[in-house]
Amino acid sequence: MWSLILRRLLVAIPTIFLVMVFVFILQRMLPGDPLLVMAGEERDPAVLEELRKLYGFDRSVPVQFLYWLREIASGNFGSSLRTGAPVTELIGQTLPVTIQLAVASLIIALLIGIPTGVLAAVKKGTWLDYVANAISLSGLSIPNFWLGIILILFVSVNLRWLPASGFVSVFDDPAEAFRTTIMPAFVLGSGLAATLMRHTRSAMLEVLRLDYVRTARAKGLLEPAVVLKHALRNALVPIVTLSTLLFGQLLAGAVLTEQVFTIPGFGKLIVDAVFNRDYGVVQGVVLCTAIAFILMNLVADVLYIVINPRLRTA
Amino acid sequence: MPTLARLTRGLPALAVAALFALPASAAEIRIGLQEDPDILDPHEARTFVGRIVFNALCDKLIDTNEKLEFVPRLATSWTVSDEGKTLTFKLRAGVKFHDGTPFDAAAVKANMERAKDLKTSRRKSEIASIASVEVVDPLTVAFKLSKPDAPLLAQLSDRAGMMLSPASFDKPVGPKPICSGPYTFVERVQNDRIVLERFADHWEKDKYHFDKVTFRTIPDSTVRLANLRSGQLDMLERLAASDVKSAKGDKSLKVDSVVGLGYQGISVNINNGARADTPLGKDKRVRQALSLSIDREALTQVVFEGLFEPTGQPFPSTSPYYDKSFPAPKRDVAKAKALLKEAGVEKFSFEMQVANSPVDQQVAQVIQAMASEAGIDIKLRSSEFATMLKSQTAGDFQATRVGWSGRVDPDGNLHQFVTTGGGINDTKYSNPAVDKELNASRVVYETAARKAHFDAAGKILREDLPIIYLYLPAWIWASSAKLDGFVPNPDGMIRLANVKLK
Repeated sequence: MWSLILRRLLVAIPTIFLVMVFVFILQRMLPGDPLLVMAGEERDPAVLEELRKLYGFDRSVPVQFLYWLREIASGNFGSSLRTGAPVTELIGQTLPVTIQLAVASLIIALLIGIPTGVLAAVKKGTWLDYVANAISLSGLSIPNFWLGIILILFVSVNLRWLPASGFVSVFDDPAEAFRTTIMPAFVLGSGLAATLMRHTRSAMLEVLRLDYVRTARAKGLLEPAVVLKHALRNALVPIVTLSTLLFGQLLAGAVLTEQVFTIPGFGKLIVDAVFNRDYGVVQGVVLCTAIAFILMNLVADVLYIVINPRLRTA
Repeated sequence: MPTLARLTRGLPALAVAALFALPASAAEIRIGLQEDPDILDPHEARTFVGRIVFNALCDKLIDTNEKLEFVPRLATSWTVSDEGKTLTFKLRAGVKFHDGTPFDAAAVKANMERAKDLKTSRRKSEIASIASVEVVDPLTVAFKLSKPDAPLLAQLSDRAGMMLSPASFDKPVGPKPICSGPYTFVERVQNDRIVLERFADHWEKDKYHFDKVTFRTIPDSTVRLANLRSGQLDMLERLAASDVKSAKGDKSLKVDSVVGLGYQGISVNINNGARADTPLGKDKRVRQALSLSIDREALTQVVFEGLFEPTGQPFPSTSPYYDKSFPAPKRDVAKAKALLKEAGVEKFSFEMQVANSPVDQQVAQVIQAMASEAGIDIKLRSSEFATMLKSQTAGDFQATRVGWSGRVDPDGNLHQFVTTGGGINDTKYSNPAVDKELNASRVVYETAARKAHFDAAGKILREDLPIIYLYLPAWIWASSAKLDGFVPNPDGMIRLANVKLK
């Protein structure tokens, strides 16, 4: 297993390099000038020229890239053009926020998605299956930001049960953390639950048709044991892959939800940075996301082995 | 996974706790901002919302009140002498910075020098006329100017006049600004919040009633309002005009508004590259026709619930420099058609850049519909603001629907836009007569004399129309009905002196 992890990490290096090249080039292909955006109304051309030199934007793109590589190699991820805050500090502030949100969303998604998926598979063709399918379809088709705003208006403005915005870390104040995280986590989780439910259902249907399940039933095991212990365990392999991918997606993809609930998360950080042409932040954040994705995939591979002993020799 | 375990173990108890909303302490005010402020260094800062934060954090030499008059702050009085080339300030005694450093003339000198010399300073052009700063005595400071500079006082009533502790200059100021204002900096989470707390040694501490001030960034105006309604905010700036009706109908809320210092209009490419070569850019009669085709009153009614003020000039009617002889132009389609006929372009079309926000789109579509009735076909090109700004400076536009947030001194609303070589003269309009009047307005200090120059320039500009002024936006604040003592100021700032939550 350790050699597998090592091999995967080595393969990751060129991938990360390519990501760096892409983000650097794509960003500079965007129309708009970071200094002009920064300057806003106060765009005195003479001052802009001076700043351009100061930040190195007067150099050619490949040269700028080499400078960036050098900075990264020395552990300096750059800083925000807009506020002067170091990128590492920004990531340090926002990543835990998004991770808490992502974990909470994934828990909600798994709690809803897997049981309904299993149920739909076992009761295939019955009304239970149809209801589960209908719920999952609406979960997929309701836009996050809309559901978010509706929840805010209903739960926060009308009922005044939960705060409409903000974020509290679970390590600072678990009760407040729960109050601030539950709504956005539900919004994100409900969409993911639908995806998970559909995948669980089809994976379960696959597995339930297999010979060993028939054998298990034939030797007189109770149906719950057959479904949950024998079938579900095998069906979980693709679900784990999916969950880790979804988790990776949540890190950068929770933007709209973060925007609606005003959560100072990772997704909001990157979108704001793109709109402000804050090159340093976009680069730093994309790099981190790429690394996170690669690590999540690695975790998935390791989890396969834990779940499925047959892979251990591979 | 400890997080997961802790999160799930406490679930039932937490669900019960969740039902009881915790009210904020009365000594705190939470203010919702539409954007995230940029760097919190008054010498480098650029954003409007940043100035709102600075008003709680930093003291300035002088300030402007709601009538746009200068009032003393750190400077108790000021005099102009030496034919307008010396500006002398008497300073307030006993003022301390947040780090305990005393405020005196030497501190003023150090601040002005930093604003002039710092590589990333954005204040350079604002205070370019200051040749040197002399410490006359510990509480008297004299600014020696290279030439008389009437707009300078207004600059010193804003960021250029904010005083930082000189002891903080050797470290980056932005992450932890040390000023002398009523509130001190506590922490900032980018894109989320800026927290300040009461400065116990402030010279005017009796006027400030909050122990803690939190600025929160909430860009979406619907969400900002929802947060006010649900009690996460006590006040917000820039309520959307479309939400005013519903906010006014809510007894727990209060709405304040005042017409601001800025304007919105259409800038026409007169001479900025090849794309200026259109009937609109080349012939002032065509621009006059476009201006006449627009019903400014209807536009502000339709899009802004009548809260914004229709106009034909860059100064608000509250300004002493407003030209009363020229009220907002009325719509006159027949005259517009006649002018187009005279110019030989009875039917023509041009492209107008528009920022891709819903409100900007709506304004543009209303203009488009109105102009079409005069035979002018406007093609809208909507783009994200950054892109729009870039093509505007590069001359890649025929006309652009853009505005200006406004400055206290009229010079800031006009000079740099329409004078030859002006820093943000994107239309590249150039008229020696306008240059002469506007340059002359800078070297006289008396309001009446300056106004004569602005009136003269305004008359020419109304003929030439490089910028077609449309309306003056109003600042709209919404707050909890418990909020008391807030004075709306045309500069859009929030000053917390005497503000309380009952």
